[in-house]
Amino acid sequence: MLKTILLTAVCLLVLGLFFAVVLYYVARKFKVEEDPRIDTVESIMPGANCGGCGFAGCRSFAENVVKAPDMKGFFCPVGGNATMEKVAAALGRAVEAGTPKVAVVRCNGGCDNRARTNVYDGSSSCRVSASLYGGDTDCRYGCLGLGDCVSACKFDAIHIDPQTHIARVDDEKCTSCGACVKACPKGVIELRDKGFKNRRVYVSCVNRDKGALTRKACSVGCIGCGKCTKVCPFEAITVKDNVAYIDYTKCKLCRKCYDACPTKAIQAVNFPKPVIIKQDEENV
Amino acid sequence: MKKTFKIGGIHPDDSKISSNAAVEQMPVGAEVCISMAQHLGAPATPVVSVGDKVKVGQVIGEPAGFISGFVHASASGTVKAVEPRPDILGNPVPHVVITVEGDEWEEGIVLANDPVPVPELSREEIIDRIRRAGVVGLGGASFPTHVKLNPPKEKKAEVLILNGTECEPFITSDDRLMRERPTGILTGAAIIMKALGVDLCYVGIEENKPEAIASMTEAAKNCSGIVIVKLAKKYPQGGEKQLIDAITGRQVPSGALPIDVGAVVQNVATAYAVYEAVCKNKPLISNIVTISGHSLASQHNYEVRIGTPVSSILEYAGVTLGDNVKVLSGGPMMGRCVSNPGATTVKANGAFTILTESETKRGVESACIRCAKCAAACPMGLEPWLLSRLFRAGDRNDELEKERVFDCIECGCCQFTCPANIPLLDSIRLGKADVMKIIRSRAK
Repeated sequence: MLKTILLTAVCLLVLGLFFAVVLYYVARKFKVEEDPRIDTVESIMPGANCGGCGFAGCRSFAENVVKAPDMKGFFCPVGGNATMEKVAAALGRAVEAGTPKVAVVRCNGGCDNRARTNVYDGSSSCRVSASLYGGDTDCRYGCLGLGDCVSACKFDAIHIDPQTHIARVDDEKCTSCGACVKACPKGVIELRDKGFKNRRVYVSCVNRDKGALTRKACSVGCIGCGKCTKVCPFEAITVKDNVAYIDYTKCKLCRKCYDACPTKAIQAVNFPKPVIIKQDEENV
Repeated sequence: MKKTFKIGGIHPDDSKISSNAAVEQMPVGAEVCISMAQHLGAPATPVVSVGDKVKVGQVIGEPAGFISGFVHASASGTVKAVEPRPDILGNPVPHVVITVEGDEWEEGIVLANDPVPVPELSREEIIDRIRRAGVVGLGGASFPTHVKLNPPKEKKAEVLILNGTECEPFITSDDRLMRERPTGILTGAAIIMKALGVDLCYVGIEENKPEAIASMTEAAKNCSGIVIVKLAKKYPQGGEKQLIDAITGRQVPSGALPIDVGAVVQNVATAYAVYEAVCKNKPLISNIVTISGHSLASQHNYEVRIGTPVSSILEYAGVTLGDNVKVLSGGPMMGRCVSNPGATTVKANGAFTILTESETKRGVESACIRCAKCAAACPMGLEPWLLSRLFRAGDRNDELEKERVFDCIECGCCQFTCPANIPLLDSIRLGKADVMKIIRSRAK
């Protein structure tokens, strides 16, 4: 009995030693030299693995940024400038501050503005609906409201508004990773500069039909009249395919276009409300 | 045992309630609006401008490429507009709008209904006449017929198969055509046989159309080389590959075309259009449309000029859209919902099916229990549950390609048979689109 136990123990010991030597040798022989900075950079990254930077995940971003000669073309939209400064410091490089961005839904065709002309009762997916037909309104370009962007967002930052049935972005949560932009089959969502104090002016419409058709389909659609291009002092607005576009790099947020737009397709968000001076009731 | 295809297939209620409604001529309305994209491939280029006077049968659109087709005026009058207008699905397509004045036809078109003998023409002349008449496949895909009759030189057609199966429920336009105009169809078949250089033609007709089989068999007595084949009733027997399998027993391999097994398939309505084009010089300017639905007081088969608004056809048939929820272009299996009734008919519109709310209701989706009913029903031998899961998981295009998602013919058997009401076809169709995009970009 004792002999069997001893024999087993000795056998295992010998086998263990043998494999230990083999493993040691293999580990030495085939050792992969990896830049230790990759681990450092990865630990700085937010770890969302959203792919918003254009790489497969945070680890892939770290590998590529360490390999690259400078910080050009690298920006983590989730961590923003703070993370990028830390990454640059860890690598001993200088970094220019990127402008923070935010996803913007360029459609305002809620139920009140854009009449439903038919009822869609197929699968609850924008891509399926878009592959079947033009949509449940006369506008074939706008938000379908079935929420492909909602399921694509990893940060719970975009939702379908229950009142308007249009996607709405939560500015606080949005990291501008661009997942919703890719998910939208109609190409309604755009990444734009977050703007000074979150203030933004943009054309909330992507309808490329002629003005008359757009107007028939939606009361707040861009009819491509070009009034905004005339009033803009900074040449930031262009009209192409019957729809205006404001270049956010040129826009100085003066809001002249907002006042000029006849259909209110141009939206100005997060501006302080104009102060209305109330008259004293006693003086009336 | 009756002939049918071997793999998969389903037996939906065929609802051929309009089969006794004889074809009626629907009068031309006040305006026709003719789409320039009535064929697979590049839309035709309009060759008329606003204010031009046109006659019935005059060319108004010329082909813009090899796979494209001629488009003709279906009514006489003045061109009111040449502009993009939404089609039945709401997508913008270039249209030519004609204000109808009288009914003046181009010269040289035979209008009498009496049979006309086949003129002595060479193969090239026949194909050219078919091309100039704008004939396209009327089974649904609207592939230009002249392209199909011009197979690559190294491939030899051995047999022509005419598709008279009409396996889609509700539709009876081909049934009526076979009953009322069998001679025209068979003359068309003989012309196509001459163009292809084959001396054998099968006409496949499902057994639920006994009158059509009788009338076609009677007419075929005078024709050599044409055999009428009675097929068992099974959907989707009208699919090209399924029909070839059912009639000849040959199987078209994955990724191959019917011509690779020596077969060319044409719809019976296409054969009739070929007869009119070659013998009567008449371009394709009208088609037979079934208006059918269980909720309707009466069922109809109308011969309608191309470019007639769907709403006026429904009005003529006495259909009020208030109580009937859904209008399908085509039948309930593969038809598309008409979201824009103001849009006009195209060459391949064979039917408008009107379904009520209860008939169109989708069940609540539940989990897949791997019962494999979809795999048993798939006529292409695919595994729909797997394809759908792979698509929904996202980014699995290589596996989708390995599972031959591109073989899907979008017949909808899987979704029809699924006891868990999973929208299988919806996701497979999108997966197929993704994979086809990758395959095409690879070919470049």
